[in-house]
Amino acid sequence: MSQITRRELFPGVWLRAVHTEKFKSAYLSVTLLTPLAEETAGQNALIPWVLRRGTAVHPDMESLSAALDELYGGAIEPVVRKKGETQCLGFIASFLDDAYTLGGEPILESAAALLGELLLNPYTQDGAFCPDYTQGEKDNLLDRIRGQVNDKRVYAVHRLTSLMCGEEAFGVDKLGDEDHVRVVTPVSLWARYQQLLHTAAVEVYYCGSASPERVEAALRAALERLPVSGEREMPECQVRLHAETEPRVIEEAMDVTQGKLAIGLRTGGVTCWEEEYPALVMCNAVFGGTTLSKLFLNVREKLSLCYYASSMLEKMKGLMLVSSGVEFEKYKTARDEILAQLQAVRRGEIADWELEGARRTLIGGHLATLDDQGRQEEFWLGQAAAGLDTTVEELCAQFEAVTREQVAQAARKLEVDTIYFLKGKEA
Amino acid sequence: MEKLEFPRVGERMYHQKLENGLNVFVFPKPEYQKGYAFFATNYGGMDMRFCLDGQWHDTPAGVAHYLEHKMFDTKDGNALQQLAANGASPNAFTGNAITGYYFESTEKFEENLKILLSFVSTPYFTQESVDKEQGIIGQEIRMYEDDPDWEVYINLMAALYKTHPVRENVAGSVESISHITADTLYACHKAFYDPANMVLCVAGRVEPEQVCALAREILPKTPGPIAQKDYGQREQPRVFRELTEKEMAVSTPMFQLGYKGDPVQGGEERMRQELVGELALEALLGNSSPLYAKLYRQGLINQSFSYGYESFPGCAFLCAGGESKDPEAVRLAVAEEAARIGREGIDGKLWQRLKKGLYGNKVRALNSFETLCVGQAQAFFAGTDYLRFADLFTAITKEEAEALIADWIVRERTALSIVRPMGGVV
Repeated sequence: MSQITRRELFPGVWLRAVHTEKFKSAYLSVTLLTPLAEETAGQNALIPWVLRRGTAVHPDMESLSAALDELYGGAIEPVVRKKGETQCLGFIASFLDDAYTLGGEPILESAAALLGELLLNPYTQDGAFCPDYTQGEKDNLLDRIRGQVNDKRVYAVHRLTSLMCGEEAFGVDKLGDEDHVRVVTPVSLWARYQQLLHTAAVEVYYCGSASPERVEAALRAALERLPVSGEREMPECQVRLHAETEPRVIEEAMDVTQGKLAIGLRTGGVTCWEEEYPALVMCNAVFGGTTLSKLFLNVREKLSLCYYASSMLEKMKGLMLVSSGVEFEKYKTARDEILAQLQAVRRGEIADWELEGARRTLIGGHLATLDDQGRQEEFWLGQAAAGLDTTVEELCAQFEAVTREQVAQAARKLEVDTIYFLKGKEA
Repeated sequence: MEKLEFPRVGERMYHQKLENGLNVFVFPKPEYQKGYAFFATNYGGMDMRFCLDGQWHDTPAGVAHYLEHKMFDTKDGNALQQLAANGASPNAFTGNAITGYYFESTEKFEENLKILLSFVSTPYFTQESVDKEQGIIGQEIRMYEDDPDWEVYINLMAALYKTHPVRENVAGSVESISHITADTLYACHKAFYDPANMVLCVAGRVEPEQVCALAREILPKTPGPIAQKDYGQREQPRVFRELTEKEMAVSTPMFQLGYKGDPVQGGEERMRQELVGELALEALLGNSSPLYAKLYRQGLINQSFSYGYESFPGCAFLCAGGESKDPEAVRLAVAEEAARIGREGIDGKLWQRLKKGLYGNKVRALNSFETLCVGQAQAFFAGTDYLRFADLFTAITKEEAEALIADWIVRERTALSIVRPMGGVV
């Protein structure tokens, strides 16, 4: 069994350590959590990538790669995520567990040190970030922002949220926007970096075979350079309770062969902090969260309208997002069927097998999180951003108790806010 | 059951060949919550032409994938829903040379395993249900047509190979699948879904003997005939086309570079070639190679760059790709670097580092039950055991990688596939 501990390394800097011997790798992450805002999102998103180019000790990618190879092909990846209205930036690292090195040599301490070095001891020129690295990563980030259009399935949901939450922080993309990225300079980025180091809440995660004490010691040493600060506060998330009175309908055209339909709903204020949250999660599973859901069985299997139709929750923001790929001409049919299925959930027309199937799938999926280091890290970062301590097992116990009527109640609170359709140019 | 130990990577594998010809592999993992089962047939998208009971069949592109979709239909409804109702996450995929059905579950593992074995071994379709699937798969194909990553890859296949069926889209086209009938599907199931042509790989909190007992209970008792496959004439080393381009709604050009190799027969030789190929790629253009750093610095590649060795019966190739402002420049730079390695050899220190790094990566990947089970199924069909890599790996020499680079990274074996932004802009 695994043992989970949480301790404060420095003020506002928390370590979540999962002690388990079942994996062949050790997983480490360090994340800065800061409010998502239009002005800073682009700069923030750029920082992990510029940091990843070189440190004072390993000034370029070649020497960093060499150091990682010596740690048995360890990986340290820059990562930028969005949890509610919190922008999360940092690094995720995965290393071979000490038990599997060819000479039995320990890796954790060296790996943690390298991670700390990347975050806190960057390669600099004239007291700021190196202009070459800044420019190179600006170009890459601009490419990534523009590249969001390449995956139409993700893009449609992305467009939906930015249109639907245009006046809210949630509408800001985790990568920021082109205009704000373009004006970044090595000096302005450095200032932003320093500010983040002083104000961002910091979450550190470890999962592997080392004892919590050893992990704590290794990370304390690795993060020693982090400024001592009393200003680290966890960002908040604003929740809009209701949708507009009339759903907004937005259509856009692009050169595609398949249409993408995305529907955004407000949950009537139900979020991960509310008592009704487990019912909302069950409601999402019954409606469109699994291959047993009403959307999958009716929109896809029964009517053959699409290859995929599913729904997901934004647990901190109180949103449900429906996504589907349909033929252009069948857009209205698909939309009507999706909304008709929602009505059925609201009326409590949920068969026993649907309710129990959703519950089993949900619980099975959650428990399987414990078998995957990456999914566990993602879960705990989400909990940290929300300021929650509920474990996977506790959540599962809550799902066990949800009734049909509670699911229907959660569905009745859902309000359609925005309907987005990406269609073909000739359509 | 036969018990194989792989102490270096901390794995243990049980193996049994059943009376009906099915090979069962089990990786016991008592410390995990979940169990994972992978039931696969040695049959995929490229097995379009085959001979069964003395008769040759030519089937339309996409039939293996179509069959995969329809296998979930059962007399009582749909196995996907049956498994989901038990809390399992089921799915399936069709590759060029393999079709696999799997689920993961933390509860009722044995019951779910029975469902899996039962639906995959029992075809049940009507003309009506087959016709209805045209809509769903048609939309799936449309989705791939809008996916630049997929398009740039499948176009590369069609450029590398002239006749080998790996050049066909696994899902087929809206046109090709329109020729599929219930009879086609029954014929393909009979030809390839015999236990003797399949493997069952299981990992998790399970008893190996119990897995075999369930397989004996559910599956046919004796082996049947297995179809003979035909991939047409052997391919020449020269690529079919050096360049293939397409315009799509993307923001930056995307590319895949392919280097056509010489396929080896199955067994350990094939695994050895895979390891040599992977190490050669690491040395030539991998994340810690000098060329990678140079291309990244020049803005010719970015974090989307990835690379790999692939092989299927009758073909083997290296590929590398991602986004680039100038894919042609990347192709030239790789060719120059290969020439430099040809003159100077791979740096000895770099080679040692790369080996250590790739070894660690491969061991870390074993965390995934999917890697273990799918890896073992594919390795078994190719004539070896997946975990043998740990022993083979250390013996691979720098000279082998240099020789592979010298033979394969040459102009006549190189194809470049590009997807460009439509009209220059989105």
